[in-house]
Amino acid sequence: MSIEVNSLTHIYSSGTPYRSVALSDVSFTLQDREIVGIIGRTGSGKSTLLQHLNGLLKATSGTVKVGDTEITAPKTPLREIRQRVGLVFQYPEYQLFEETVAKDVAFGPMNLGLSKEETDRRVREALALVGLDYDEFAMRSPFELSGGQKRRVAIAGVVAMKPQVLILDEPTAGLDPKARADVIEMVRRIHESEGNTTIFVSHNMMDIAVLSDTVMVMHDGKLVRKGTPKEVFSAAEELEEMGLALPPATAFLQKLRKEGFLEELSVAFTPEAAAGEVLRQLQREK
Amino acid sequence: MEEIIRVENLTFEYSTDESLIATKALDNVSFSIEKGSFTAIIGRNGSGKSTLAKHLNALLLPVEGRVLVGGIDTADSSKLWNIRQRVGMVFQNPDNQLVSAIVEDDVAFGPENLGIEPAQIRERVDAALDAVNMYAHRKKAPHLLSGGQKQRIAIAGVIAMEPECIVFDEPTAMLDPSGRKAVMDIIEKLHDKGITVILITHFMDEAAKADRIIIMDKGRIALDGTPQEIFLNADKVRELNLELPLGADIADRLRKAGIDVPQNIIEAEEMVEFLCRLK
Repeated sequence: MSIEVNSLTHIYSSGTPYRSVALSDVSFTLQDREIVGIIGRTGSGKSTLLQHLNGLLKATSGTVKVGDTEITAPKTPLREIRQRVGLVFQYPEYQLFEETVAKDVAFGPMNLGLSKEETDRRVREALALVGLDYDEFAMRSPFELSGGQKRRVAIAGVVAMKPQVLILDEPTAGLDPKARADVIEMVRRIHESEGNTTIFVSHNMMDIAVLSDTVMVMHDGKLVRKGTPKEVFSAAEELEEMGLALPPATAFLQKLRKEGFLEELSVAFTPEAAAGEVLRQLQREK
Repeated sequence: MEEIIRVENLTFEYSTDESLIATKALDNVSFSIEKGSFTAIIGRNGSGKSTLAKHLNALLLPVEGRVLVGGIDTADSSKLWNIRQRVGMVFQNPDNQLVSAIVEDDVAFGPENLGIEPAQIRERVDAALDAVNMYAHRKKAPHLLSGGQKQRIAIAGVIAMEPECIVFDEPTAMLDPSGRKAVMDIIEKLHDKGITVILITHFMDEAAKADRIIIMDKGRIALDGTPQEIFLNADKVRELNLELPLGADIADRLRKAGIDVPQNIIEAEEMVEFLCRLK
């Protein structure tokens, strides 16, 4: 499902001393089935932007269009929007509340008024997509699972509503390296299986680079850049000025180019790929 | 060297009342921490890191074995405040650690509870806020600060107690990169001043800054050594589902391709220097 945002502005606490402009004249278009990574410092407007995409926040001015529906128009049924646009908050595991994993995941579909059979089918499907075995986990309490597993259950709860747009706010924050890699793989798997548009925020630049088709850079409430990971992460100095870093492997190769070790700048995002570039250069010299 | 913490055959079990099967979160763990050292503890979620940390100032007590802080057994409840004053703790979520409506009141909370003279509390609070570069924000309300700033206030609150040792339990996990850097700079500065630092983290670049790394796995110590020793053991580290710092990771891959890379390369900068010399 495509998304069209036009001149979106959001002002918090307008008319008080704490007035702050969180979004300022943001415009962009996302294609159906894109994976979009959003980066920016804390306070740059990332989370505020996400919350406009399913109508959790009301725009001060500007419009948001999801598919054919302009959700900023008055009297748009928000229930329908939230069914289409699923939002996974930061640390979603804090929102688990049911006695069993299956009940927790079923909460959304039940509220959509789906039959018991359909709900059950969706719960099974969603748990499989997040990589949790139904027979092993369905009847367990979500509270006795590990941090990484809890997060998967919470994400399954949103996936079970089959949103056409899936938004994840820092899905890998606080996870250990293995759990992080698993969640990134899972987001990709869900995207491929559901054919949805996926939007996610992360401070981990490598995750952003390897997963995204398009990267959007937010700074001071403005959208300052939008392009492929390669385009965005080639502008090292620009990102640095905004207090943002490159993926470590990308920064490493840039330094090697600057110091003259590499004959030409190559862009890679993982340690494995960076080591490959180094070896290629060494072989060339032989 | 003088030791400040000694852990002897520590075993801890969480029991879930449904299953009645106790799971061993810590299984016969022993080590000691030297005064003034900087130790990083790493490991996967559920490996026992945080459970271990909570034993170091008597937030949890051993099921078997014992923990000594400056020679005092943490199970001795009459010495509880002495232990907590010696070993301070900073947790992951800054929002759960701040109690007052004004920054400087929050920092004063600990020393006030120690029964320190008001004039001296003032000095300690100012010094602590200064140490975390938050003096200018002393009159603000904590909820108006960023996550990184809140975490610095939480650290100031611990510094104001003047502990000999501070245990940081994933202090940067919820922060953005600039917040992370500010907190890491403070941790290194505290270590330079002679405070014993124990840092639990998922970030290998943070662990690489310590003088010693302990890797926990399934409630036991899997590896214990200097960063250089640990990261030379690249396959084992990966087997434990952990990452290597970028320099060490690339060094390992180059070695496997037959290139002779010095053993002391851990950070990316060091790798860049080495490659440029090679050319």
